[in-house]
Amino acid sequence: MNDLLAARSQMAMSLAFHIIFAAIGIAMPLLMVAAEGLYLRTREEVYLTLAKRWAKGTAILFAVGAVSGTVLSFELGLLWPQFMSYAGAIIGMPFSLEGFAFFTEAIFLGIYLYGWQKISPRAHLLAGLMVALSGVLSGVFVVIANAWMNSPAGFELLDGQPVNVDPIAAMLNPMALSQTLHMTIAAYAATGFAVAGIHAFQLRRDRANLFHRRALAIALVIGGAAALMQPLSGDLSARAVARLQPVKLAALEAHFKTEARAPLSIGGIPDEERGETLYAIKIPGGLSLLAFHDIDARVRGLEEFPRDEWPNTFIVHAAFQLMVGMGTLMACIALWGAISWWRTRRLPEGRWFLRAVVVAAPMGMLAIEAGWTVTEVGRQPWIIQGVMRTAAALTPMRGLVVPFVTFTLLYIFLAAMVVWLLFRQVAASPRLPPDEQRRETKMEDKSVVG
Amino acid sequence: MSAELLAAGAMIVALTFYALLGGADYGGGVWDLFAAGERASKQRALIADAIGPVWEANHVWLILVVVILFTGFPPAFAGIATALHIPLTLMLIGVVLRGAAFTFRTYDVQRDDAQRRWSYVFSVASIFTPILLGLTLGAIASGAIKIENGQVAGGFVRSWLAPFPLAVGCFALALFAFLAAVYLTLETNDTALQDDFRKRALAAGVVVGGLALLVFLLSGAGAPSVRAGLTRSVWAWPLHAATALCAVGAFWSLWRRAYRWARWCAAGQVALILWGWALAQFPYIVEPDITIHSAAAPHATLRLLVVALGLGALLLFPSFYYLFRIFKSK
Ligand code: HDD
Ligand code: HEM
Ligand code: HEM
Repeated sequence: MNDLLAARSQMAMSLAFHIIFAAIGIAMPLLMVAAEGLYLRTREEVYLTLAKRWAKGTAILFAVGAVSGTVLSFELGLLWPQFMSYAGAIIGMPFSLEGFAFFTEAIFLGIYLYGWQKISPRAHLLAGLMVALSGVLSGVFVVIANAWMNSPAGFELLDGQPVNVDPIAAMLNPMALSQTLHMTIAAYAATGFAVAGIHAFQLRRDRANLFHRRALAIALVIGGAAALMQPLSGDLSARAVARLQPVKLAALEAHFKTEARAPLSIGGIPDEERGETLYAIKIPGGLSLLAFHDIDARVRGLEEFPRDEWPNTFIVHAAFQLMVGMGTLMACIALWGAISWWRTRRLPEGRWFLRAVVVAAPMGMLAIEAGWTVTEVGRQPWIIQGVMRTAAALTPMRGLVVPFVTFTLLYIFLAAMVVWLLFRQVAASPRLPPDEQRRETKMEDKSVVG
Repeated sequence: MSAELLAAGAMIVALTFYALLGGADYGGGVWDLFAAGERASKQRALIADAIGPVWEANHVWLILVVVILFTGFPPAFAGIATALHIPLTLMLIGVVLRGAAFTFRTYDVQRDDAQRRWSYVFSVASIFTPILLGLTLGAIASGAIKIENGQVAGGFVRSWLAPFPLAVGCFALALFAFLAAVYLTLETNDTALQDDFRKRALAAGVVVGGLALLVFLLSGAGAPSVRAGLTRSVWAWPLHAATALCAVGAFWSLWRRAYRWARWCAAGQVALILWGWALAQFPYIVEPDITIHSAAAPHATLRLLVVALGLGALLLFPSFYYLFRIFKSK
């Protein structure tokens, strides 16, 4: 493995690990706060238990997110010093702002987790809201930095060096809006579905358990709403890519020949040598319609770009299909749940529905990983689109395969531990005393009738 | 004052907070390992309660140092991260293991063997990480990192695998353990526990003194220009006097069981040591090739950075005050 490949793999592995915890860190506080808010309104103990249980899980995941994020901040310099030296002044700003978002997030999370007995219920809820808000902001700021790598702005080039740096313009780069929107919604969708899946699984074995019913309801509302929005926001992303990174669009659609009324390839294996995509289902005009909202639009194919500027079309195309496939399935399940709720006015809990929710549990996280693969691999060979090549950013340090293997092993170990700990948490599923359980279920039925 | 000086000052302030708050969290891990006697489990519980609500917030100071460095002084960040790739990577492993092990131990639902294993990982990582942090700072101060035309000359090992950086690493560990022991006397009303940590603080204080002397002696060969700054500048002797005053004050108040005073003196001592180093090295970020001015980002960036840091501080300090008022007013 050469050093460039080792460095890229280490970066990819660290980010792929971190993003799971980051997505949960963005969305989970909202779920906790929703449960706690419902407790304050209804005074049903089960909501309080739920908020506390979720908080415990979040604490574990948050800590892993914080330490893996610290690793990332250093890795930017450890692996890509030339990139940071070049871009730090232009794009350091969102990272600095992110620093303050981390502070508020960590401070109020500390208060939230350890302060149940120490502050008033209202102040406690407010602390939770602060965590939810700063979690979103942390994500938004760092994705802005990433969007800048895709559509650099806010500086001019003079002999290859950046001059007239304008950090604000860099933050308001053309991809910033679509990417931050898409990522934030993705965090809610993925976390909501993951949580819903866990509780649906428990509910299938323990039908009347009120704890899991309430949990499922909250997770489905948040995750489902996000899943319904995600295709719309993805459309915004796709059109931004079509405009600003035509090579990436061509690669993710496995589109080789420039043509008007370009077809959409579903599935298929791009063959870079022959310049065509084999075994795909082609929908005439589909790509033109999606990328430019015009069925006759001309879409540039890979053939228009120098061969050494193509990203790996196979990976990018496959990852894109995976994301869109997951997104479509999740949106369908959300729609199914919504229709069922609308017709019966109660928690959809049909056997098949619960089964679908269980199966969908990992889909959001998979889509997030796939989506980032599209974004990052699709940008290659550039680290800053059109400005700096990834190879030029690499540290002169040799033997990078050693840290890559070390961190990989470390993260595999951590991941195994996290799964094991969460399993122990979930296994200790709370049961209300049978009395209360019966009364609560009855009350629920009454409210359904009334 | 120019924006780059303000940004550099903010970086040292953030580093100071990291040492005073985050450092003490590492020190807590040290005392977890050395918990002994009939109250060993009580000592451990006290440490865990003291660290639990605050360590993640305290840890963010380190992130702030890094982001100010790469936003305000990008070539300095690139140079440090390149030359010190190995110790920084090792330090990160320590950061990951410390945080993860602490949390896993706290939140595991069942109390069994697993807990003890996490405890062990947590405390060993708490010893390992500060040594590497100190070592990194020692290497930066030593003048052994040579940057020529933006490239690091002189290898990836020699600058940090030397007596001076290693001594600074041990010194950092001793300081953090000292801080933690002093702070912990204020975390409980149980006088027996207080006494346990008082003894530890006094012992750690002696070690700090010894290592300070060692670092100073080694600096003659190991970091000549910092040594020159620390002995020959006009501010040097007042600074040494103030540091010594804090150190004596800390001992005296520990002896008299005036723990509140001891806390301020110990914190003052650590802060003054850091500022002494920063002043001795001024205007260099990395001796002898990178200065605050040569590494400074364009003016637009620095101005914005300083404004953001100022506004951020307005948000941050009240929040921190609230956090500490809830958990640290015993
Ligand atoms: C729950 C996760 C999830 C789901 C269901 C979807 N996406 Fe996505 N997508 C992401 C999670 C994601 C992501 C991981 O968050 C990415 C990576 C970078 C980014 O900004 O968002 C992303 C990137 C991304 C990009 C590339 C943007 C770039 O390179 O800058 C496009 C074109 C789409 N998405 C389009 C879609 C479409 C048309 C979807 C229709 C269903 C869709 N996504 C569902
Ligand atoms: C190069 C990329 C990244 C860097 C350098 C980075 C850096 C960090 C750091 C330093 C932390 C720790 C903060 C603390 O101590 O509390 C962190 C946590 C976090 N990061 Fe990242 N991050 C990156 C990518 C991302 C992405 C893509 C997202 C999401 C969209 C994200 C969202 C978060 C969130 C929400 C947290 C809070 C902690 C948690 O909930 O787990 N980060 N990140
Ligand atoms: C958290 C979600 C993310 C994931 C899963 C992710 C994934 C990846 C992958 C797969 C690569 C390797 C690409 C290749 O070499 O083919 C990569 C590279 C990289 N990513 Fe990301 N990325 C994420 C977010 C970010 C963010 C937010 C930033 C910066 C602000 C960032 C900065 C980088 C850099 C600097 C590289 C190395 C240079 C390059 O390959 O272009 N990434 N990432």
